[in-house]
Amino acid sequence: METTTQLKKTALHGIHKELGARLAEFAGWEMPIEYCDSGIIQEHMAVRTAAGLFDISHMGEIEITGPESLALVQLVTSNDASRLQDGQIQYSGLLYPEGTFVDDILVHRITQYHYFLCVNASNAEKDFEWINQQNRFDAKVEDTSRHYTQLALQGPQALAILRQLTHVNLEGMKYYWFAKGQVDGIDALITRTGYTGEDGFELYFSPDYSKQIWKSLFEVGSLAGLLPVGLGARNTLRLEAKMALYGHEISEKTTPWEAGLDWIVKPGKGEFIGKAALLAQKQRGISRKLVGLEMQCKGIARDGYPVLIAGEVVGTVTSGSLSPFLKKNIGLAYVPAQHSEIGTVLDIQVRNQRLPAKVVATPFYTRRK
Amino acid sequence: MKFPEDCLYTRQHEWVRVLAEKETVLVGITDYAQKELGDVVFVELPKVGDTFDTNEPFGNVESVKAVSEVFCPLAGEVIEINPDLSNSPELVNSDPYGDAWFIKLKISSAEEIKDLLKPDEYAELVAEESAE
Repeated sequence: METTTQLKKTALHGIHKELGARLAEFAGWEMPIEYCDSGIIQEHMAVRTAAGLFDISHMGEIEITGPESLALVQLVTSNDASRLQDGQIQYSGLLYPEGTFVDDILVHRITQYHYFLCVNASNAEKDFEWINQQNRFDAKVEDTSRHYTQLALQGPQALAILRQLTHVNLEGMKYYWFAKGQVDGIDALITRTGYTGEDGFELYFSPDYSKQIWKSLFEVGSLAGLLPVGLGARNTLRLEAKMALYGHEISEKTTPWEAGLDWIVKPGKGEFIGKAALLAQKQRGISRKLVGLEMQCKGIARDGYPVLIAGEVVGTVTSGSLSPFLKKNIGLAYVPAQHSEIGTVLDIQVRNQRLPAKVVATPFYTRRK
Repeated sequence: MKFPEDCLYTRQHEWVRVLAEKETVLVGITDYAQKELGDVVFVELPKVGDTFDTNEPFGNVESVKAVSEVFCPLAGEVIEINPDLSNSPELVNSDPYGDAWFIKLKISSAEEIKDLLKPDEYAELVAEESAE
């Protein structure tokens, strides 16, 4: 059954086809998974050793403006947005009253009356409706996703490449800060963020200039080894860096405590949706934890495979894959708290075999500073 | 896209090469199959002595993103498995018809060979699938 005509396409869809991308559906969009001249492993290694360019325009943007913007942001998120200065960003959770995730998001403070949220493609509509429902403030909530093409330029060469196209002081931009400026003469938001574990930048600008900026980045970046990178490598990169993926490590069934995201919960900031449930869970004790796993023999743990201890199923692999950089088979899984210590040996049901795995420290990969 | 003349093919993109030894064939996956998979990172093979019916899954090929079954083209018994694929799964991408043979099979019925696709028939199948 062919349903491609109903899938959404980014402004760069034509370029991905020209580059021979293997396209597939993701969150209702037709996105490049890998490119025919490179493939997932080569694209992954390019990001770790040189640079990669991702079209992530399928992600959503929600902007909150008005006199009581901060009050709305504080109510619906778990982190403390009052700590942000103009130009600063924080990772945060949009939570249900049960303390579980509506989504994980990035909150950018443009001004005290203007917050820019980057949200997951799979949750964009849900997040927008949710925030609107909670809005009892003098604040306006807008879904501005269609106004932005979003690119991620990631890797040790990212700065050297981007500086050739902008006057913004990139060296002076700290991690999780951003600036408004121009890229190749086009107005853009330039943020020092990423989902790969490497240094890099994300760029938000009008879709009208998508092809121009994509081509300019390759004009200045090809010599440095810049490759186009698809969602396949995006997943293996974020897994090595132990970054959560909604629907896997986090969902409407998991809380930040279970996912090891304590640091995005700031109960001291005041009231927020989910706070009471989170404090109650902390009191009762967290019964399951997200751990990193390394397979002990050949065999790849995949999303959804059962985790066993002494022959009994105790959890599930949330994400698993070959790690192209580490050349090991790694994964993340929820296990009972009493089995979450580093060094614990457990079994993964890999189709019709039980293969051993060990709980290891995460992240699996950290870049040299 | 390669379709060696000395092979026969299945609709599930395996190739079969009939060997000089009586009722013995080599089995692997085709150039089209490896291209569709992308980088192959793991190959799961059966054990010597395992027997399979026609079209029964006999192993798995894993790419970074997915696991795909491979199907036995002819009923028979596995008499040899390729020792190189364990350490070098990428051979499936670089040499699908040569170094990346999966198993050597002693077949139960030579009759079944005529049900396999000839190179030009397989090439047609690939052209149809690519056009979708």
